[in-house]
Amino acid sequence: MDLLNAFVALANFVLIPGLAYGSQLALGALGVTLVYGILRFSNFAHGDTMAFGTMAVILITWWFQSLGIHLGPLPTALLALPFGIAVTAAVMIFTDRTVYRFYRKKKSDPVILVMVSLGVMFIMNGIVRFIIGPDDQSFADGERFLISARTFKQMTGQQEALAIRTSTAITVVTAILVVAALFWFLNKTRTGKSMRAFSDNEDLALLSGINPERVVMVTWLIVAALTTIAGTLYGLDKSFKPFTYFQLLLPFFAAAIVGGLGNPVGAIAGGFVIAFSEVTVTYAWKKVATYALPDSMAPNSLLQLLSTDYKFAVSFGILLIVLLFKPTGLFQGKSV
Amino acid sequence: MNDTLKNTLLFVGIAGLIIGTGFVQSWNSALLILNMGLISAIMALGVNLQWGFAGLFNTGIMGFVALGGLASVLVAARPVPEAWPGPAFQAVGGLLMGAATIGLAILAWRRLDKGRTRGLAVLAILLIGFFAFRAVFDAAVTVIEANNPASAGNIGGLGLPILLSWPLGGVLAAGAAWIIGKTALGLRSDYLAIATLGIAEIIIAVLKNEDWLARGVKNIIGLPRPWPVPLEVELQQDPAFLERAAGLGLDPTTASTLWVKLLYAVLFAIVLAIIFWLAERARHSPWGRMMRAIRDNEVAAEAMGKDVKRRHLQVFILGSAVCGIAGAMMTSMDGQLTPTSYQPLRFTFLIWVMVIIGGSGNNLGSVLGGFLIWFLWVQVEPLGIGLMNLITSGLSDGALKSHLIDSAAHMRLFTMGLLLLLVLRFSPRGLIPEK
Repeated sequence: MDLLNAFVALANFVLIPGLAYGSQLALGALGVTLVYGILRFSNFAHGDTMAFGTMAVILITWWFQSLGIHLGPLPTALLALPFGIAVTAAVMIFTDRTVYRFYRKKKSDPVILVMVSLGVMFIMNGIVRFIIGPDDQSFADGERFLISARTFKQMTGQQEALAIRTSTAITVVTAILVVAALFWFLNKTRTGKSMRAFSDNEDLALLSGINPERVVMVTWLIVAALTTIAGTLYGLDKSFKPFTYFQLLLPFFAAAIVGGLGNPVGAIAGGFVIAFSEVTVTYAWKKVATYALPDSMAPNSLLQLLSTDYKFAVSFGILLIVLLFKPTGLFQGKSV
Repeated sequence: MNDTLKNTLLFVGIAGLIIGTGFVQSWNSALLILNMGLISAIMALGVNLQWGFAGLFNTGIMGFVALGGLASVLVAARPVPEAWPGPAFQAVGGLLMGAATIGLAILAWRRLDKGRTRGLAVLAILLIGFFAFRAVFDAAVTVIEANNPASAGNIGGLGLPILLSWPLGGVLAAGAAWIIGKTALGLRSDYLAIATLGIAEIIIAVLKNEDWLARGVKNIIGLPRPWPVPLEVELQQDPAFLERAAGLGLDPTTASTLWVKLLYAVLFAIVLAIIFWLAERARHSPWGRMMRAIRDNEVAAEAMGKDVKRRHLQVFILGSAVCGIAGAMMTSMDGQLTPTSYQPLRFTFLIWVMVIIGGSGNNLGSVLGGFLIWFLWVQVEPLGIGLMNLITSGLSDGALKSHLIDSAAHMRLFTMGLLLLLVLRFSPRGLIPEK
């Protein structure tokens, strides 16, 4: 029995990956929830917008790398991020002007807007594959580890190692900064307040002289920033592949709905709920259990509830449970 | 120009496009487009039942199509004697135990009084059930997968004629639709979309990972042909056929592939005709009128005493079953099941594009959309490459030029999106609008 090693293994394989993945999901789900709150439809193009934003960052990163610009131990992608956000924001404003605005003016059914977002999804998908191709791309550089497994073992003399990758640390720090900035913006600034008012009650907001077009534009700008950051962090942490980004749509939606659609706090909570459930259910607990239990009770099997290929099933299962028992989500979201 | 004339012209146009492919490219590709167009049209009819009739937004079509494919394997693949009947029944028994656990938990949840006891009881049932299920099921799977993993390792099929799998694929998809509908219908339209999107991903994950079922990503190949379609090799050894081919001035290989595809086309056309006829009958029946009334105003229909939830479930099951039939037909034509080939863009969202561009709510429109969009999906790729060659002909050879030409194939996604947006904007009711 060795509880310290058990905890280190738990932290290394469950807590830290879950934290990083949760931060990425939270940022993505915030985008979904904001679009839902302000524009009132589920944006199916979200995953592909994220792929687009990340692609922009990757291309600029490669360009910087070829110019010899580096950020030292940090990945160059962080330097490229603002430019990537600018490109994505321009594309999203353009999409809104050419595509979504027409239906907004007509006050179309939300389901029509969902269809329209399917069209946008196809187009974004096509553009991304056209420019960067359907394959894996790597763009991470700089220091790989903040604490490598070897250093940790030397430092502590433990059998198990706790490795913290730079990308993980950056993900968590960035996510905290971004979320703090977003909440400051939503709660303290005039524009942020008008956005919340618009999301709460559109008619009342219009009556009090809030310009809907401005609110919508600011929303798209924020969503562009959130998706690009989420996508870049995910790409740095794992890898960039357009199809994976499309598939992230499901955990995003699950996170946003679990937290309560339209509720930013809920989206963050939902992101972590989904991420930790995915990691804990698909993790093989044998190692932790071997350390934590007395020798006589050491497990023979892997102690894995579901194979990792079923991680979608986990986010989906949680989504279903929430929809059935608490359709407005953990934090009061929009009614179903 | 009246409607009949316009519709006829539209269909003549499609026929012209496919025949044109025959002349310009090859008759083999033309027939392939025709066959997949027929299958696509059936899928589009299924989706139109759900969306056009009842306004249900199902984005899990891929899952139902894949279940149809699974039915083909289970019905028609060669039996694996080592896995039959003991381990196979044990595996299925394990699954049934899992299902019974969930059923029991639901029953307990409904019957017991609200309170802590209920929560604990349900939790206990689920936990005990889960471990019992894993014990029985995992043991069976180990036995099945250990048997000759290079060529078998699955429960095998029943070795029955593959034609049987077409209705059975529908039944399998309908069963899945019943479970999904029971839980997810009655939610808001976009919630249903998200739920079905998830279900489809899970079905594909199961097909990819459960090697005991249909060999997972190792694929099942060599499924038998449906009844009257022979193998090309048989035809090439048949003197009567060779003589006829020579009479038409065709070499034996081309003639045999054409003949096989033609037979498939006839089979598929019969199925399409039956389903189309049924769908049209349904549309003109009181049932169809009721569905449209529910679609247009759920509250009013409910006030008139219509059981909206039940009707939704009914039409959801029917539409999914049609997709399952189409899936089984597709797998029969391919002769193999490759779970990795199921992609949501191709099998879910492309079908949506077909329905919307063809004209949602109109069966004829869905059929037209199925043919047209499938034709474009196939042909935009070579056209894009040709166009890109033309555009870049002025460029000097280099990385940019080769990248542009290599990537041109991906333009078909872009084209589909653009078409969808244009139709939604300028002609939201589609090419053949609902009357």
